[in-house]
Amino acid sequence: MPDSIPADSVGLVSPTTYHIDTPLQLDCGRTLSSYDLIVETYGELNADKSNAVLICHALSGDHHAAGYHSMDERKPGWWDTAIGPGKAIDTNRFFVVCLNNLGGCKGSTGPMTINPDTGKAYGPDFPIVTVEDWVRSQAALADKLGIAQWAAVVGGSLGGMQALQWAISLPHRLRHTIIIAAAPKLSAQNIAFNEVARTAIKSDPDFHDGHYMAHNTLPKQGLGLARMLGHITYLSDEAMGEKFGRELRSGAIQYGYDVEFQIESYLRYQSTSFVGRFDANTYLLMTKALDYFDPAKKFNDDLNQTMAQIEAKSLVVSFTSDWRFSPMRSREIVNAMLAAGKSVTYAEVEAHQGHDAFLMPIPRYLEIFASYMNQVAGEIKA
Amino acid sequence: MKLRIDQQIISDWIPDGARVLDLGCGNGALLNHLQQRGVTGYGLEIDNSRFAECIEAGVNVIQSDLDEGLSQFADQSFDYVILSQTLQAIKRPDFLLREIARVGKKGIIGFPNFGYWQCRVQLALGGRMPVSKTLPNAWYETPNIHLCTIQDFERLCADHRLTVLNHSIVNHEHKDSLGIRLLPNLFGQTAVYLVQQHTAS
Repeated sequence: MPDSIPADSVGLVSPTTYHIDTPLQLDCGRTLSSYDLIVETYGELNADKSNAVLICHALSGDHHAAGYHSMDERKPGWWDTAIGPGKAIDTNRFFVVCLNNLGGCKGSTGPMTINPDTGKAYGPDFPIVTVEDWVRSQAALADKLGIAQWAAVVGGSLGGMQALQWAISLPHRLRHTIIIAAAPKLSAQNIAFNEVARTAIKSDPDFHDGHYMAHNTLPKQGLGLARMLGHITYLSDEAMGEKFGRELRSGAIQYGYDVEFQIESYLRYQSTSFVGRFDANTYLLMTKALDYFDPAKKFNDDLNQTMAQIEAKSLVVSFTSDWRFSPMRSREIVNAMLAAGKSVTYAEVEAHQGHDAFLMPIPRYLEIFASYMNQVAGEIKA
Repeated sequence: MKLRIDQQIISDWIPDGARVLDLGCGNGALLNHLQQRGVTGYGLEIDNSRFAECIEAGVNVIQSDLDEGLSQFADQSFDYVILSQTLQAIKRPDFLLREIARVGKKGIIGFPNFGYWQCRVQLALGGRMPVSKTLPNAWYETPNIHLCTIQDFERLCADHRLTVLNHSIVNHEHKDSLGIRLLPNLFGQTAVYLVQQHTAS
């Protein structure tokens, strides 16, 4: 909890819910006649509405990207390192929009929402949404806010995939796309990790085929296990070694099966704290959105031709120790953009934090990010 | 952004509106300068410490390792591929030269001349590896692992069937002198070559 709000923070913020009643036709074939999106914004929209920046969140993210909801909040929003007055995404110059994606569990329409047709929560019957569906719903939000063109669409990991999809699907509606620690599609290994996470959730006896709410229970073990696995893939061996090493909680080996090493304790803590704040059906849905992401599919599996759709200028960033979406995966995006003759800048930042590096205050990363956003601001005279 | 003397020469050779690839673009000064004349393209650079400068200069910079070649680029996809003051730090200069000729319709290569008289004097009379303003590092810590003379470079071009379309050999203080014109390999400090793949026709 902050004793006082830091000068470079957006300060105390509160979300707004937008009800969108334009029906949304989903890739799975189903249609949502209307839906809610919960949104936080930081900074001021300028007179010609040219300074808006869309932040897309990753697997377990939400609309609370920066600042504090109250003075009692322990930590600021998930991307507070990059968003705020004078920060890389400078809220003195940009109007920043961040939403909880459709299918989420933090206030936007999703599995926890009451299905108007049944009067009960959707649960597992909520349609699986794709990255393209998210882009369509985010475009509907932009319409609602009167934003014809984003100055930039920005995201890391699954958020970076949305930023890329925006540039491909709606090329005229953004000036820049910033794609951090992402990939043009998941590898078999990536899908395999997601499948283990889903199996953990689905095999929990409290899962009840996704109808756990009707049984007044939660698949705590399964969701916790999925989160533990996820966490391992977000960190690098080096980062874990540095943080925990082989340190023991009690100082000596106990010859038992309880928590002994600090890393075990850390993973269990991540697991229990996550279970209290995240919905298992949303977790399943998010992993499916990741697995299905493959923008080149519509273009004969030709990534160069896919990138040829892009009108926006791009910044692509990867991190050396990220093995979930390694620099090689970002280079696939960049090489296809180069082949298509697009305007792109690519940086491979030296970092030991693994995939999580995109959320960290790494000086070189933030310097490059800030320079790029400064150029964006210059173009729109913000 | 100020241009080095070799960059000024290169800039003079590149026509307005050309499509270029600058290998080892540093802080992006050359591309920034060229872009003001409608030139487009990318800079490649392995070290991202000056990427912020590139970005602020409006230069599209791609972090990449030139030792891995230019496989991400199609044949003849640029009007000019530039390699200035970087050839000597490449693991296989011959390989990169072939890549330059493949990707670029024309190639421009600038390098420090190791045949410069001061280098020769330091080695011949001092008995030590030459250290100069252009080559300031000691032998054990220098990134310049493949130094060559003007004669060596011309031989490499001939071996690779590259035609020299133009060249400029200068000395840092005087830019050009009678000595350089008569004995370029002895008096030239920096050489810049414009080359093109020799075609059979």
